[in-house]
Amino acid sequence: MKRGIATIVAAVLALTLAAATSAAPSDAQGASGSTAKSKEVVTHYAYLGMEYREPAPLSLLKPAVIPDEGLAGVRLGTNYNNLAGKFLGLKFVLDETMLPQGGDVVAAAKKLLASGQHLIIADLKAPDLLAVADLPQAKDAIILNIRARDDVLRQTQCRRNVFHLIPSDAMLTDALAQYLVWKKWTRWFLVRGKHPADIEYANDITRSAKLYGAKIVAERAYELQTGARRVDTGYQEIQTQMPMLTRGVPDYDVAFVADETNSFGLYLQYRTTDPRPVVGTDGLEATAWGAAYESYAAQTLHDDFRKLAHREITVRDYEGWLAAHLLEMAVKHGNASNVDAVRKYITSDNLKLAGYKGEGMNFRSWDNQLRQPILLMDQLSLVSISPQPGFLHPTYNTDTLGFDQPQSLCKFSK
Amino acid sequence: MKTVNHNGRHTRVAAMCLLLLVLAPPPAWSAMLFVSNERGNTVTVLDSNTLKTIKTIPTGQRPRGIVAGPHGKWVYVCVGDSNRIDVIDVSKLAVTRHLPSGADPELLAVGNNGNRVYIANEDNAQVTVLNAETGKLLAEIPVGSEPEGMRVSPNNQITVATSEGSSLVHFIDNKTLKLVASVLVGTRPRVVTFTPDGRYVWASSEVGGTVSVIDASTHQVVQTIGFAIPGMRAEFIQPVGITMSKDGSEAFIALGPANHVAVVNTKTYKVSDYIIVGQRPWHMALSPDGSKLYSVNGFTNDVTVVDVKSLKPEVSVHVGRLPWGIAVVP
Repeated sequence: MKRGIATIVAAVLALTLAAATSAAPSDAQGASGSTAKSKEVVTHYAYLGMEYREPAPLSLLKPAVIPDEGLAGVRLGTNYNNLAGKFLGLKFVLDETMLPQGGDVVAAAKKLLASGQHLIIADLKAPDLLAVADLPQAKDAIILNIRARDDVLRQTQCRRNVFHLIPSDAMLTDALAQYLVWKKWTRWFLVRGKHPADIEYANDITRSAKLYGAKIVAERAYELQTGARRVDTGYQEIQTQMPMLTRGVPDYDVAFVADETNSFGLYLQYRTTDPRPVVGTDGLEATAWGAAYESYAAQTLHDDFRKLAHREITVRDYEGWLAAHLLEMAVKHGNASNVDAVRKYITSDNLKLAGYKGEGMNFRSWDNQLRQPILLMDQLSLVSISPQPGFLHPTYNTDTLGFDQPQSLCKFSK
Repeated sequence: MKTVNHNGRHTRVAAMCLLLLVLAPPPAWSAMLFVSNERGNTVTVLDSNTLKTIKTIPTGQRPRGIVAGPHGKWVYVCVGDSNRIDVIDVSKLAVTRHLPSGADPELLAVGNNGNRVYIANEDNAQVTVLNAETGKLLAEIPVGSEPEGMRVSPNNQITVATSEGSSLVHFIDNKTLKLVASVLVGTRPRVVTFTPDGRYVWASSEVGGTVSVIDASTHQVVQTIGFAIPGMRAEFIQPVGITMSKDGSEAFIALGPANHVAVVNTKTYKVSDYIIVGQRPWHMALSPDGSKLYSVNGFTNDVTVVDVKSLKPEVSVHVGRLPWGIAVVP
């Protein structure tokens, strides 16, 4: 921190906005405190996203499509960056690329890289993310993953140039597991969908159960029956289907649901045969962010986001904001003037990224995953934050969540 | 003792003196401690000698920043969710008027002659300057995001404000009410204070875990102070409140979730001690003679009294819900 602190007299710099030149990112200058500058230092970064077709949420209160999800968070972060930047002679320019469903992400990434963009905020699913990361031109880029929770991206398919701001599924199920163990609710009934993503999340639940000494007393797979969705008499069918799904199970404490595609998870609550709480992808959820989260000054982010986007902030918006904030920190506090300097700053153990979680956060060296406390929330409130009391780790308590170094299968060969 | 009339303070002091004449040598001083309770929507008033609650004053929503005016007549309370400043009349121990603060005031400072208040508007990135009597708007000064810490220099010439979101300490010229400098410090600066001689500004960075010392004339960071408590995780050390000892030789830094107050030598910048207090100490204040330090502990809903000479915590006193700030009126 000592090295990185720049002291700049704003009076000299604040009025020099006109001097901005749209310098190519590769020759952007760092915010060095030792030399007085009459010119702004401009940093460019890119947002790369795609309008994936997503399953419609079961609740009518959740919009089916949010066209600017993720991107709106990056925009807010960029506004914040420039608000602070004007006092320090720094300017941040966001280059937005939103591809249609099925768009050519590789071509788009090549174009960005050819134009000198090496700081890329990736709002992409895992296959697209890897396709971009594996481009030879992207070897020295910094790709910030704000969307893909796939464990494999932190394990066998990890990449040196990809940094994960969004927590992995394993971190989420561990966060829930710690809370359930703390509650002594250790008998779990695993209810999953049949989509590959559901199976992957279910595997994480099983992994967390083993790790924390919980028992999966039964596992059932459920396939959406036509007619169970939003039809006039849908609730009547659901009212009979959910008890059928949950009947004849050994005694359990919680129904742990893995329904990544929003096909039935919401319907479990209040409809299980035995009166049991629902946790997992519905009910009590583990998440990096929620619209009802207000601790550690988070309210300001909600208020400012609502003013900008006229809707509630989502996890991807939050991660997008955090990505822009991380890049700002590297330039502002780390005096980073090029991609290598940004990498050096963000991979330092001294990084203290502030994300309204009550502690400074940094990256795990073995898989480039951001360490972070995980929120446990229902639709309307914060229930708890993991790691839970008593779950300790020799270096960072947050390393009790997800893949710790001894379990890491990541080798940064690529 | 618990009933208070319009001259409650004087009655109380007189009663105290009578009592103490019988029991013990009279104390050199007596003061009232005003503690803002963020979740309680109240201000608890404690008697510094008995440490009993004299009165619980209802306020607007979410009282946080609390500052006494220089003459001890008024106590100003930022009630963020009510978007105003509540002004407590010390002689009446009640909110008797309000000031229009602008959106979501979090902390404020009062000019040394008592004429002006300087308010950090957390939600809209500005500092609002008002006439303390009339509430007349004197200036709105744009700063970085989430402004919080505010302090007026001992000579009344400069006001400093932190912006948490932008990690900046802003210097405002009180004559022109314009920004003269913005200094980058560690992540999420919360509180600023001047050394008693006015030469340095100390700023605490909650998430950065450091305190920056800035030369008030050159606006250069001259020192960055870190903290380490044996057995305590670095991420729990989050400096917030800063209070200087009366002679300026020591600075007390409240470390939030680390549940300790650090004692820093202001010449050597070395940490000489860590004092355990309640949970999540936030803001602090000194007794009028400087012999006691009061630490306001948010999660344990209490105030810890620390003896400044021995650096020992003496007693903790229950106040309202989620106490945040403290103002001392002699």
